[in-house]
Amino acid sequence: MNNLLIAPVVLPLIIGMVLIIFHTNIKLQRVLSLIALLATSAVSVLLINQIHQQGIQTLQLGGWEAPYGISFVGDMFSALLLLATSIVAVCCLIYAFTTMGRKQQKLYFYPLFLFLVTGVNGSFLTGDLFNLYVFFELFLVSSYVLITFGGEKRQLRESLKYIFTNIISSAFFLMGVAYLYSITGTLNLADLSLKIAEVGQDGLITTVAFLFLIVFALKAGLLLFFWLPGSYSVPPTAIAAIFAALLTKVGIYAIFRMFTLIFYHEPQITHWFIGILAALTMILGGLGAIGFWDLKKILTYNVVISVGFIVAGLVSLTSAGITGSIYYLIHDMIIKALIFLIGGTVIHLTGTSDLKEISGLIRRHPGLGWMFFLAALSMVGIPPLSGFLGKVFITRGTFEGGYFWLGAIGLVASLFILYSMMKLFMNAFWGEMKLSEEEELGTTKGLILPIVLLTVVSLALGIGAEGIACYVTQAAEELLNPSLYIQAVFD
Amino acid sequence: MDTLIVILVGILVTIGTYLILSRHLLRIVLGTSIIGHAVNLLIITSGGLKTGAAPLLGEKITDFTDALPQALVLTAIVINFAVTALVLVLCYRAYQGFGTDDLEQLRGEEHE
Amino acid sequence: MKQNDVILQSVTRVAVVIILTFSFYLFMNGHHHPGGGFIGGLSTAAAIVLLYLSFGIDKVRENIRMDFKKLAAIGVLIAIGTGMTSVIFGKPFLTQAFDYFNLPIFGKTELASALIFDTGVALAVIGTAVNIILSISEDR
Repeated sequence: MNNLLIAPVVLPLIIGMVLIIFHTNIKLQRVLSLIALLATSAVSVLLINQIHQQGIQTLQLGGWEAPYGISFVGDMFSALLLLATSIVAVCCLIYAFTTMGRKQQKLYFYPLFLFLVTGVNGSFLTGDLFNLYVFFELFLVSSYVLITFGGEKRQLRESLKYIFTNIISSAFFLMGVAYLYSITGTLNLADLSLKIAEVGQDGLITTVAFLFLIVFALKAGLLLFFWLPGSYSVPPTAIAAIFAALLTKVGIYAIFRMFTLIFYHEPQITHWFIGILAALTMILGGLGAIGFWDLKKILTYNVVISVGFIVAGLVSLTSAGITGSIYYLIHDMIIKALIFLIGGTVIHLTGTSDLKEISGLIRRHPGLGWMFFLAALSMVGIPPLSGFLGKVFITRGTFEGGYFWLGAIGLVASLFILYSMMKLFMNAFWGEMKLSEEEELGTTKGLILPIVLLTVVSLALGIGAEGIACYVTQAAEELLNPSLYIQAVFD
Repeated sequence: MDTLIVILVGILVTIGTYLILSRHLLRIVLGTSIIGHAVNLLIITSGGLKTGAAPLLGEKITDFTDALPQALVLTAIVINFAVTALVLVLCYRAYQGFGTDDLEQLRGEEHE
Repeated sequence: MKQNDVILQSVTRVAVVIILTFSFYLFMNGHHHPGGGFIGGLSTAAAIVLLYLSFGIDKVRENIRMDFKKLAAIGVLIAIGTGMTSVIFGKPFLTQAFDYFNLPIFGKTELASALIFDTGVALAVIGTAVNIILSISEDR
């Protein structure tokens, strides 16, 4: 029993509810929401330490024992993601302070932001399938409202697409829950894993596994990413950044959890199929990233590529592959928030997202330009930076697992990323300066701080990779040995 | 009984799918809502259908129904209710903003 | 459009009292029998919505001066608060406690912390449900 596990869920929730009561006081909202997120970061650091020393932590809500009650389980994988989530959320929040209009800030922006974080944290921690659905809905409903923030016509249209897609996939999620409950009679993840291991994963259970794959692929943007480019390019920058950093990652987390803990008995069927999805995602995302000349579109297609790449590590089911995926997942959460914030700042300065109309920003904003350059290199995976280790391990994992084609496509996808990011850099930052100081639509005052913070975190992740190596290896080990998870829940 | 309910679920999903494929926003909302109800029925059926008392301690009953699917359905209905309400308001706003609820005309241009 | 809804209004006057009483019964019944905070809150919300329907939003708002969003938030806070109390006592989150007390009039009565939790749930449900109906009916 470890009550600390509930804190990342309850803290933002309580503060969010308090903020609903005081929704007109902007200063109080800023201070309280920042405190809540910083406290969550502190709790996740504590959790990482505890899990490192004592193994997987569990909490049975209300004292109801495992298969009957709702369990909260914190293993290293979820704790690391929790920390990354808190860091990203703090930075996006600080960015929102200056970019969101005052009227919008009074319209429950901060409570909704905190509920989004609550939902994401809860999804990482819960050990119950239905509870996972509830937390999914919690952050989805918050995202439905956040995506329409500002109320532009374009936003309304894209948000409708986003919402309908997600409602349908939620319905599929519930169908999967119903089937799994009627087959096994339990919804506790650890108990499900035990029961399915006992009776064996027959055709019926594999079919249900595919149902879950469709659901989470839709949320993660794994091949089924048709909704993603539109809906991630309409909301205000701070919101788009946190969507890009967190929402698809929760889907990826769910795929990892389901296909390492429960449906891991038939990898030649399920994991092979996931591999094909990942390969197609990388190829199509890469084509999108190099084909478009719109800043926001290029960035969103880069989100898609990375989804495919992270999942490729899972496909191999080797310790190298999973380790690489965890490295890359954490790196990707930070870096996607970073490049979305930089992209948003560029649009804020120039008023357009068309690359052909932007040029030479690095003359006046050298800091911004070089930070973007660093982020781009780190996405491609240049050695000392944070993307490198993940890329190496994932590629090694896919080769070890015998998925040579997948590893090769992953490397080609890196080239796509390189091309698209360099296209962005050369067009937006390099070249002739088009805008004089007076013509710029805004200043970078107040916007640089979160960007610098994220860059520092990303650099630290790359250079200090040795330091977190033990945590990541532990996370990979726990993912590959479901018995550790089961034991922790039932003891 | 279970088979009948499952067939009913199938019919409801069919109706929902038909409505979702239509071009009018309101029909799509109704379609998603109907699919949601179909799924709720499916969950209830997944626990097995029978007549029994509530599974409470100290009631001295032998024949009781599985309470878990009912708890799940309650939660699912509430979430469905909230989401449907939100979508209805959004669709109304979209209808006000665009002057149409026809998806073909809502498609719009890439750049506005 | 001015409607003549004398029948609706006079029925509502009686019905609201009955619904509120019944919802209170459902709420208190919930500890050992079917019922509870959720369904109690929902039927209370039904009574309030009935008031809105028959007397019009403005008139009811004059008499019930309450922000239902805040009511919902307070409800959730109460519910989480009871959950957190168990954390202070070193028990898992949401653990409930109960004991028997000798109260005047009622005699030996069981009081449970689940009741406070249920109050929170009921308030949250009333707040959310009424708020949803109000925002849908509002035409801006």
